[in-house]
Amino acid sequence: MPTKIVVDCSTGVATEVELTAEEIAQREADAVAFAEIKAAEEAAAQAKAAAKASAEAKLAALGLTADEIAAL
Amino acid sequence: MALTYQAIATTTVGSGGAANIEFTSIPQTYTDLLLSVSARSETNNTGNLWLQINNSTAVTNKTILLYGDGSSANTAKASNSDYIWSYSVAANFTANVFSNQEYYFPNYTNSANKTVMQNGVTENNATTAFTVFSSAEYNITAAITSIKLSIYFSGDINQHSTATLYGIKNTV
Repeated sequence: MPTKIVVDCSTGVATEVELTAEEIAQREADAVAFAEIKAAEEAAAQAKAAAKASAEAKLAALGLTADEIAAL
Repeated sequence: MALTYQAIATTTVGSGGAANIEFTSIPQTYTDLLLSVSARSETNNTGNLWLQINNSTAVTNKTILLYGDGSSANTAKASNSDYIWSYSVAANFTANVFSNQEYYFPNYTNSANKTVMQNGVTENNATTAFTVFSSAEYNITAAITSIKLSIYFSGDINQHSTATLYGIKNTV
């Protein structure tokens, strides 16, 4: 069972407490949400990289050198 | 000007780690608070470290971040977060090293919206290592009575991580 540390500042006492079912459910929901965000970020990065490579290939086909493309 | 600087409470995570660290019943007798953290995550990669005030889901009006990942510098802003974000050392970073963070909470007892300033850094003997500066204003007008630290992505805070809450007074 996951635990948390609760530090009571009025006494200075730190206590290890098991998470409630509600807290565990919230953690699991957070994990799912975070995974979805990371997947969306990675997909966007991959799409951007693919578009850049495609654009560079088209420019090269028009006769631009690598240095000229990099200078854009 | 800070004339006093007193440790209110401190904790070190024990064997098995902890899902989060909560400071509760924070005394209302200081002017400002400072939370000093040394943390490591039990999850790989980013080890996102989250801080929440009063267990509130009230969102921030403004959050601004400046951060580096070892390869590039980045900025970000948000207006609907109920946390302020930093990095702990991740599980796949160099062994036995920890991050360092400081969170500063000015005028934490007044009835204005609460603000937080944070700076943090991780250690890693590799290219990927994080630095982050962030500041936020929360839609929380109640005095700060509790502060919670956790690792997003369901990871635990690793054993030997520490957190210490200091109170700072503007008069002796």
